[in-house]
Amino acid sequence: MHTFAYARPTTLAEAVALLDAHGSDARLLAGGTDLVIRLRDGSARPAMVIDVKRVAELRPAIREDSGRITISATTVMTDVVADERMRRHFPALVEAAAVVGSVQIRNRATLAGNVCNASPAADTAPPLLVYGATIVAKGAGGTRRIPLDEFFVRSGVTTLGPGELVTAIELPVPRRRMGATHVRRTRRRGHDLASVTLCCAVDEAGVTRLAYGSVGPRPLLRIDESGVLADPFAPADARTAVLEQMLADASPSPRSMRAGPAYRLAMLRVLGTRALATAIERLGEGE
Amino acid sequence: MTDTIATQPIEVTVNGRQRLLDVAVHHTLLDVLRDDLALTGTKECCLVGECGACTVIVDGRSVDSCLVLAVEADGAEITTVEGLAVDGTLSALQQAFLDTGAVQCGFCIPGQLLSGTALLAESPHPTVAEIHEGLAGNLCRCGGYQQITEAVLAAAESADRAAAGAADR
Repeated sequence: MHTFAYARPTTLAEAVALLDAHGSDARLLAGGTDLVIRLRDGSARPAMVIDVKRVAELRPAIREDSGRITISATTVMTDVVADERMRRHFPALVEAAAVVGSVQIRNRATLAGNVCNASPAADTAPPLLVYGATIVAKGAGGTRRIPLDEFFVRSGVTTLGPGELVTAIELPVPRRRMGATHVRRTRRRGHDLASVTLCCAVDEAGVTRLAYGSVGPRPLLRIDESGVLADPFAPADARTAVLEQMLADASPSPRSMRAGPAYRLAMLRVLGTRALATAIERLGEGE
Repeated sequence: MTDTIATQPIEVTVNGRQRLLDVAVHHTLLDVLRDDLALTGTKECCLVGECGACTVIVDGRSVDSCLVLAVEADGAEITTVEGLAVDGTLSALQQAFLDTGAVQCGFCIPGQLLSGTALLAESPHPTVAEIHEGLAGNLCRCGGYQQITEAVLAAAESADRAAAGAADR
């Protein structure tokens, strides 16, 4: 591993100042499950690594206030999975967080890191999109709230500005009753990256939210407000047409090694159909 | 206080013993355990967090020590395979690994033991499915998964028997 300077700020102001001073020569370190691999293989060669785990304002925490859950930037997957409020309000996100890597990875990997890494295959991205997550970013210029759908650009690229760091992820507690699920396709059981990762939620007003990843440069969110998808008794061809429209922008890369484009597109439809059925079933169970 | 130098002093408790170390900031916890502390029970293998051979317990949670910089562990309490036996007596899980024949070539075993120890601490009566999930981050090239699962189940039972024995007395 090449050498670098290591800084361990204890306040958010200090972290922002360091990031501002070092610019693109600096990389932020939270869980390290992606960054340490890249430091070792040389694909990231920062002069400065800023470890944000001792920043007082970013300590692992899941807070609930005025209809909103706020997950701090250093909160790891294990804590997301274990949190009762998360399990109650965002079960599909908990399902996704529970399949990220192995126990050892989930004990280190942060939810915010999974988002900032902007992998198209990030398992937590589809449920975060479905649940309407907002990214809270802080920079020298102040605090910015970015809807997650406006955060992802393409693999490894987000709309986070230079000198900005993510401090938290906010999730509105759903006001309507909802049935939701996260599903994925992998090459093997056990831990593996997703060839297709997808989340579907149906609410009591008949709105269906579908988000999917690993089938294009960034995860996508599509919403059906017509009520057709949410209605299991609607004509099958009408439902298929709406679903096809929602999946139309999937564009898997032919260069990816995990699965070919044709397979991914076929599995996207299988998973989409299954997840929709499960979401409707779960909405019914909640009545 | 922000340090920007290439080495940094850290204070860690490893297997109950306090250590003051001056570590290179680009060295992983795995490097420091093996090279600075000569605790070579923790194995280096894939270096990308897939195989689990380097698993250690940091502040009660199992981690891949190849993905943790040593400086990140400053202030932490660390358990490696060398810390499982007490005064020369194997832990119940270590004994169960021997009894069930779970130890074949042995390379993955330190990691398996640490993941198993963390799992049993969290969930003293794991189901087979929980054991499979709990140890999914530890690969065994000998294919000893069946015996490893049996060993974790056996260790959970032996802990129960020990607790019942203590209650009887």
